[in-house]
Amino acid sequence: MSANRAIDLKKTAIDWLGITPFLLFAVMFLIAPTLYLVTGAFLNPAGEFTFENIGGLFTDKILASYWISIKISLASSIGGALIGFWLAWAVVLGGLPSWIRSSLLTFSGVASNFAGVPLAFAFLATLGRTGLVTMILRDWFGINLYATGFNLLSFIGLTLTYMYFQIPLMVLIITPALDGLKKEWREAAEILGATNRQYWTKVALPILFPSILGTTLLLFANAFGAIATAYSLTGSTFNIVPIQLYAQIRGDVLHNPNLGYALALGMIVITGISNLIYIWLRMRAERWQK
Amino acid sequence: MKTQKIGAWLAIFFGASYFIIPLIATFEFSLRMRRGEYSFDAYRSVFSDIQFRESFSYSIVMALLTIVFGVLLVVPTAYWVRLRLPQMRPVVEFITLMPLVIPAIVIVFGYLRIYNSSSFIPFTGSTRGTDVLLMFSFMTLSLPYMYRSVDTAMRTIDVGTLTEAAQSLGASWPTIMFKCIFPNVMSGVLSGAFITFAIVIGEFTMPSLLNRPAFGPYLQLIGANRAYEPPALAVIAFAITWGCMVLLQLVSRFSKSAPAKP
Repeated sequence: MSANRAIDLKKTAIDWLGITPFLLFAVMFLIAPTLYLVTGAFLNPAGEFTFENIGGLFTDKILASYWISIKISLASSIGGALIGFWLAWAVVLGGLPSWIRSSLLTFSGVASNFAGVPLAFAFLATLGRTGLVTMILRDWFGINLYATGFNLLSFIGLTLTYMYFQIPLMVLIITPALDGLKKEWREAAEILGATNRQYWTKVALPILFPSILGTTLLLFANAFGAIATAYSLTGSTFNIVPIQLYAQIRGDVLHNPNLGYALALGMIVITGISNLIYIWLRMRAERWQK
Repeated sequence: MKTQKIGAWLAIFFGASYFIIPLIATFEFSLRMRRGEYSFDAYRSVFSDIQFRESFSYSIVMALLTIVFGVLLVVPTAYWVRLRLPQMRPVVEFITLMPLVIPAIVIVFGYLRIYNSSSFIPFTGSTRGTDVLLMFSFMTLSLPYMYRSVDTAMRTIDVGTLTEAAQSLGASWPTIMFKCIFPNVMSGVLSGAFITFAIVIGEFTMPSLLNRPAFGPYLQLIGANRAYEPPALAVIAFAITWGCMVLLQLVSRFSKSAPAKP
């Protein structure tokens, strides 16, 4: 009996030994660094517990940077979700030739990974002061883009740039959901006398809604954490949260390391909440895909 | 029906313009270096820049190391979880998704605090150590993609039966791992490898904050100081991403011919 138990124990030990490298990796490179920052956000320089750092986030400058980050992430995620949905709808239900669908999906795979510094270069070459589109508008149509108040290094410019990777991401995630709309649902609705509009508002959209909202939140978190594109477009002049955190890591511009941890904690909270809701909504959406 | 088709074509036309115009503009801009005519001078200037070659080869070596160590970490873990610890699957999957939830800049901020030269494990105390830390940080970044593609490939094989068959023929654990499991999940490993390569090559935040001369920080530096080289570099970066994604598609299409098991 006791020999059996010893064998069982040994087996359990070996079972756990198998994923020790992974758990060690996770603790060292994901969990410990995050926990360090999270606890640091609640400590003062002397190591005592305090809410001062969290309170320190509610100053004009930091609140303004959170606000501009949230605005850009919201605008680019909603814009990306709408246009991405439109494109996915076109290739799934629009009756287009099938090569368009496969090329759109391949291209989306590329474009959703084409972010960071090169994306900033591409948009500078397109909509910068001497960019191709700026020049064509000026020379052919007599529209001076920059005289209209447009600036690539601004809210609208950054939103347009972010949408270059947001739209493809939406296409990649929402296309399978649109594929999951069963023909029978539409037929059933039509037999019962529903118009096209009624089918969409009463059947299709309520089913798709968790997927659409969830993906929008994923895009939001995606934009909120991004730094490379904004940094190389605007340098450190544009005060979105990641850029401010970058400056803080580089040279303690807030003059308080623990306030820096609180800044990081704020980012984790925002991306964390949107991701958790995304995961929850995706589980709801999967009910219809069985 | 008619209006639906027009709407669909309109969407594609709009999307195609939004995606393709910046690419054309970037390419056109990269040819403008010589005044009054188009030339490939910017590309010549880029390729002859010693810093380009150094940072580019540094990032390629880092990407390859990240792939090798990432695969060695992920494949045995995914295998073991399926074989022996199915109750741990949700936990492991949650951990692999963490890098998508916590922004890269926050993760590297944590590294700089707990692995500095005066800490218990002083990774950033030496150049080699920083390189090792950078590799681990790239592994973290690519973990969600690597794990998911390997795990998806593992779903199509029956690891339990394979392992028992190998064991009854007298195979040791390393033999089972490298001669049975790896060849069977090769499509997943390759997909994960290509996406890891695409991520690592262009990554800016982590090497920049760890002060290592990778391709991403080099791009940023050139962007701040030159006019015509940046679009040329953007064209090169786009070509690399494109290459990785096309290879990834080829691999996944190739592996779809294998029968899938639940």
